[in-house]
This record gives sequence, C-alpha cells and structure tokens, in this order.
Amino acid sequence: MREMDVRKIREAVTELCLKANFELRRDILKALKTALKRETSPRAKNLLKALIENAALAKKKRIAICQDTGFVSVFIELGSSVLLSGGDLAEAVNRGVEDAYRKGYLRKSIVNDPILRKNTNTNTPSIIHIDIAQGDKVRISVSPKGFGSENKSAIKMLKPTASERDIIDFVLEVVKLAGPDGCPPYILGIGIGGTFDYAAHLSKRALLRPIGFSNRKRHFRRLEKDILKAVNSLGIGPMGLGGKTTALGVNVEEFPTHIAGLPVAVTVSCHATRSAEKTL
Amino acid sequence: MSIINIKTPLTVDIRKELKAGDEVLLTGTILTARDAAHKRLRDILKKGKPLPLNLKDAVIYYCGPTPARPGRAIGSCGPTTSSRMDHFTTDLIELGLGGMIGKGDRSDEVKAAIKKHKCVYFLATGGIGALLSTKVKSSKVILYGDLGPEAIHKLEVKDFPLLVGIDSRGTDIYPPKH
Repeated sequence: MREMDVRKIREAVTELCLKANFELRRDILKALKTALKRETSPRAKNLLKALIENAALAKKKRIAICQDTGFVSVFIELGSSVLLSGGDLAEAVNRGVEDAYRKGYLRKSIVNDPILRKNTNTNTPSIIHIDIAQGDKVRISVSPKGFGSENKSAIKMLKPTASERDIIDFVLEVVKLAGPDGCPPYILGIGIGGTFDYAAHLSKRALLRPIGFSNRKRHFRRLEKDILKAVNSLGIGPMGLGGKTTALGVNVEEFPTHIAGLPVAVTVSCHATRSAEKTL
Repeated sequence: MSIINIKTPLTVDIRKELKAGDEVLLTGTILTARDAAHKRLRDILKKGKPLPLNLKDAVIYYCGPTPARPGRAIGSCGPTTSSRMDHFTTDLIELGLGGMIGKGDRSDEVKAAIKKHKCVYFLATGGIGALLSTKVKSSKVILYGDLGPEAIHKLEVKDFPLLVGIDSRGTDIYPPKH
C-alpha cells in the first residue's frame, strides 16, 4: 500500500483549477489557429483572433479566460493500492476548489439550492466522480464548465435500430438550438450507449480528451469526423455570426448498452472548454 | 468598415444612427445585471413601485464579472447569454432603457420592443473576458451586493468593443430562426 495524505489531493485540485481557468488548453489553442487559417470572412477571422489574444492575456496576467469560471467537475482515478489518510477525500477536493476560487479571484457561481438560490460564495460543492483503478497512483482531472453552453446540452433515447445518420441528425438539432448562445465554435462531448444517466456522464468525460478524432474504435473515429463535418456545414460560425467553424472538435465516448435502446447525450461546450489533469 | 465611437447616455439620437452589424466602441457608464438582479427589478415593478435606479438612456450589460485582483478595476468580464433575460426585458425598455449588451439572439417580443422604443441591442464577444477587462476603468457595486457576482455593478468603460446586434429599426444581425 502507498499512503497518501488527502492534503496532497487538496493542493493538486487547487493547482488544476487555477491552471484550467488561466491557461487555454493547448489542443484548443491549436484548433483555433487552424480555424483562423481556414476562415475567409473578415468577421470570423477577427473573432478567432480575439479568442487567441484573450488566451494569451489570461495566461500572462492570471485573469480567468472567461468570467464564467464554471461548475467544477472533478474526476478521480484512485489506485486500489492507495491508502488515503488525513481526512475525508470529498472534503479535501471541495476545500481545494474553494482555495483556488479564492486565491485566483475566480467567480463563485454555485448556489446552495436550485430553488432558494443562495450563493455559497466558495464555488462548492463540486461534482466528484471516483473510479477505482489498478496501481498506487491517483489521477485527478478537473473540468470547470461554463453554463452558457451547459444550458444547451441535451440527451435523447434513440431506438436501438437507429442509424449513425440518426445520431448525426440529433447532434445537428442540438447545435442548431444552441445557435449563437453558448459561445461557438463549440467542442462537443458525445456519450453514446450505457443508460440515460451514464450517456450524459460519458458526454462530459469525453470533453477531457484532447480534440482530434481520438476514439479508440475506428467506426467511432469516423463518426466523430462525420459529425464535425456536418456541424461545420451549418454555417453558424464564431459567435453565431457566420463562418466555417461552428465546432472545433467532436469527442465521442461509448459504452455497451441495452437491446432496447441507444442513448445519445450531447454536452455542448464553448470555445473556452477548460480542463487540467495530473497524476500523484 | 469604419468603427463608430459612442458615449453614454445613449440618447435616441445616438441610437437612431446605429445599424445592425456596425462595429462600435462604447465609452461611459454601463450597469451590469443578470438573472437574479432582473428578477428583483421585475418584482419591484410588479408591486407598482419605482425602480431604485434610473434606466432612461442607460445601458445594461448582461455580465457577472470575476473579482478584481488588487490594483485592477475588474476581473474577467465577458457577456452572458441574453435570451435568459428576454422575459424581463420589455418592461425595462418601456422605462426608457437605451441599450443592452449580451451574447446570442433575442425573442421576437424583445425585438418588437426594441423597434417600438428605438432601443439597441449590442453583442459583446463571448469568452474574451480577460481582454474586455482591459476596457473597464472602474467598477463599483451599486445595488444587491448580497448577490455576489450577480450584483448590479456600475462600470466606467473606455472604447468597449461591441457589434450592433439589433438596431432601433428592429433589424437583426442574426438570420431568422427556422
């Protein structure tokens, strides 16, 4: 067994929340630069330039990339040979988030109750997912997600006999409804299979992966490509003001499912999709 | 295209000159308000009472900024999605509101009110809150401090970059929804 004090996890969560909010992901920055070369309209080009400039300024001045510093999801892969000590894991994670949002001058966007709506002023609780893995390491990923795009996410229970075309059509419907509201160009996390709730979980998890057709299975890599092509032919473009770049990337995560269904969940995420990870 | 410089208060004369698609640099005073603040303002109006702030020719910015680091006027301060404010907006336009700043499109009802009262809806670029913070010279909470980031802040801005989204004739930069 390897003993680990949960304070180490608290510190790592703080570090990752700050990094995610100040430093735009490399894969996304690269995709923005590629999109800038491809766009022809002056307006789309100017908008993409502003996003790139904003990322540089945020990193340099340690100002949040976006004022919506998000609802923090924390994904932990906990090695089964790790013995945690020094306190409760969930509390350590939440204290880590709280520290980051105080020290980093990040916005506290969480209300205590969906009806009563009093700000907790700590940006906690976070949403914590724990998976038990082999080994003696702890892998932590944080994903602070803005709600402009989160509000545009959707799920549909397709028929088991539905085709890949039906999946693409549903994604297009979701992106059209999102329109200019959720800060396009989008990154789409798509969960296919599992159950109603697990498909949604997969769609969120898919956003942690760098963009660029990286599903392990060939037919899903092809589906990612086909969805991206179809979405980019919608012409919504940066800020919804027209252009070739409506999405920067499409990541699919899949899971076995039931004979009677084919759940498809789409998490719509803005061009400032944020995440950071580290292994302890 | 040339860039138009405008100053607050945003009088009807200024509003009438702006056309959907125009690039604008705004200088002067703007007020932040998002969901929770709009709901409070609406509740006051519902009771038939006067609002605690004067909206005539004023500009409301749909924004909840991050806190300012020491020595800075404000933190990251980009726009939030405007359509969430649609059902509160008509009442404020009727009180003489000059303009709104946000991102995304608006309802037909809001568009009609904009046209009727010669108001203007501006777009700020979403997700560039760090860049926009450099255009804000000062920020002060003037109402509803208990709402934290959702409080009404009075911002002094200089050359704040905007696009005219819906002009005073009701012309919209976005294509019609299908």
